[in-house]
Amino acid sequence: MKRRDGFWPWLFIAPLTAGVSVFYLWPIVKTAWLSLTESGVFGGTTFTGLDNYTSLFQDGDLYRSIGNTLLYTAIVLLNIPIAIVVASLMNTPGLRGASVYRVLYFLPYVAMPTAVAMVWRIIFNGDFGVVNYVLGWFGIDGPYWISTPGFAIVAVSVVGLWSSVGFSVIVLGSGLKQIPPELYEAAELDGASRVRQFFSITVPLLTPSIAFLSIVTVISGFQLFDLLYAVLGNSYSNPTIYSSMSLVYMFYEAGFVTNEKGLAAAIAMVVLVLVALATLVQFRLQKRWVHID
Amino acid sequence: MTTQFSRRSMLTGVLGLGVLVTTAACGGDEDSAASSEKYTEPGTDLKAKLTYGVWDQTQVEAIQKNLDAFNAKYPGIEVAISVTPFAQYFTKLQTQASSDTLPDLFWMNGPNFQLYAGNGKVDPITGPVEAGAIDPKNYPEALTTLYSLEGVQYGVPKDMDTIGVWVNRAVFERAGVEVPGEDWTWDEFQSTAAAVSKALKSEGTYGAAGGMDGQTTYYNTVFEAGGEIVKDGTSQYNTPQAQEGIGFWADLIASGGSPTYQQLLDTTADQWFVSGKLGMYWGGSWFRGALAGTDIEDDITVLPLPRGTAQATVIHGVSNLVAANSQNKQAAHALQAYLAGQEAQQAYGEAGSVIPAFTGTQATFTKSMPKANLQVFLDAVDYAKPLPVSANTAAWNTLETKLLPDAFTGSKPVADVTADLASQMDAALAKE
Repeated sequence: MKRRDGFWPWLFIAPLTAGVSVFYLWPIVKTAWLSLTESGVFGGTTFTGLDNYTSLFQDGDLYRSIGNTLLYTAIVLLNIPIAIVVASLMNTPGLRGASVYRVLYFLPYVAMPTAVAMVWRIIFNGDFGVVNYVLGWFGIDGPYWISTPGFAIVAVSVVGLWSSVGFSVIVLGSGLKQIPPELYEAAELDGASRVRQFFSITVPLLTPSIAFLSIVTVISGFQLFDLLYAVLGNSYSNPTIYSSMSLVYMFYEAGFVTNEKGLAAAIAMVVLVLVALATLVQFRLQKRWVHID
Repeated sequence: MTTQFSRRSMLTGVLGLGVLVTTAACGGDEDSAASSEKYTEPGTDLKAKLTYGVWDQTQVEAIQKNLDAFNAKYPGIEVAISVTPFAQYFTKLQTQASSDTLPDLFWMNGPNFQLYAGNGKVDPITGPVEAGAIDPKNYPEALTTLYSLEGVQYGVPKDMDTIGVWVNRAVFERAGVEVPGEDWTWDEFQSTAAAVSKALKSEGTYGAAGGMDGQTTYYNTVFEAGGEIVKDGTSQYNTPQAQEGIGFWADLIASGGSPTYQQLLDTTADQWFVSGKLGMYWGGSWFRGALAGTDIEDDITVLPLPRGTAQATVIHGVSNLVAANSQNKQAAHALQAYLAGQEAQQAYGEAGSVIPAFTGTQATFTKSMPKANLQVFLDAVDYAKPLPVSANTAAWNTLETKLLPDAFTGSKPVADVTADLASQMDAALAKE
């Protein structure tokens, strides 16, 4: 009996363990090894020690990429306050067509990033785009959004922000459903205004959902690639991409365009460390501001 | 809901994953050195399954027609076409080559060829040439040399392309400017572009478009100024000729003859042209496919590139290569030889999208757009220069994209940019 107790739990977690080992742990180990080597284009590696890291840290591109990645993540994080407002508006009792709104907000999230990017490319077009057309009504001469260094990464971040609001609204919506209505009734009896109720009841009780969203958003922000590639990278010879690139774009460029596989692995390790650090810090800080009943 | 786990299916699942782990761990590098074996034309009863990797969906119909004809001779050889969009094609091919799972036969271009041939990933055509199945003399010499490395021939082109100036006559009529003659110079081009832009300023139409990529724009002008891009493993950008060739495009943009560089990033030159807002577009012969069925198709004519110190144009062509580790090399070479042959190339020309490379099969291409004088692209073969390539072309192509725009926009002097580019490019070339 005892022997079987020892055996069955392992068997049940075996499929997941095997999956995680094959698809997560092994690649991490392999990447760490590759980052210490110089690889031939089609495999075949020579050990070069920390050379890749030295050249990476001397390269200004790395710091620019980290800056862009952080800027993108910061802008996309704004989706959480927006989503809190939207979700609580949608939670108003008696609101008609709430499910229609939910679908409308969620659609950008499920749409293919590439398709989203293609549409926004046209919207941002400097000569024929909607954004500059509307700005023109107010006498503002809009810039060439996606081909001006500085503006381009902001433009991409706005698209990221826009397409991530939907997911947050859904998560926060379910969080709102768990707040007992009695709290609001009691607050109302005490004479608290709607605004006061929002800040004293809604926001504090949503903090578990907010914490979850902030971690998920930061991780996906650090992995920014598809939007950037599709908005800026796919028109051949757009040099704006080099001033706007993210860490993962830099990885792609090294690994698949200029054939520096070892360098690419080193960049991947930097991303891994940064994401781990950011997540650790967030978990630590959580204890201070997240309310769990 | 009650679910009953079947023990057997669970165990199979676990075992399956175990197998996955082991195979992943043993994905070693098998050595498959390219050796040129003797080739004999296979018998018609040969049975094989081949995969054929290509990147252009618009050519699949013509390819399929050729495969049908091929199957009439070899009914036992099944060919599956696999289309990958160009933007991802070489990323995928590199992964396939690393794991020795290349398609049996696949398209290759000049910039990437040496990478694959130099690493023993493709099979030479020495055998088929000795057996008389392929004769390199049937194709333009500039292109057959593109697909040979250290004296070994790996393929011959399936098609070719040269660069010309596509002209929209309707734009010239609106501007009241006369379309220049075929014998024109850089100065004439510049003044014509500026004149058209000036006349049509109110409707936002321009005379020409600035330099964006090497093959269709600035390589041509560097060649025409008497310069080179890469020679004996060193960059030639830091020469007066190359500076003149790059300066051509900076001047064009500065004169207002072209939209600004930023405008061209948002809306590419071909988009300006196809929507009728550009008078002259430097483009390859393959651009014919993009014009078919558009509103401007009937207004099109083609001029040779305006003459600099010399007359020149870039020539390039796609080749079919056989993978070195193909399981069916004999069948793959048979298909390669068939597609290189006169009959198959004639069929490509009739489809109209590309110029076949086989000498004498090109006339049908020029007839596919009778009003447009496509003959220009064929005449250009006489003075054409091969697309500049090296073992790792992508590395310095990236540098061109990164650095040259500063010259085009006028934010840095041309000479400074080309000097910087030359030194960085030399460093990249030294690593090859």
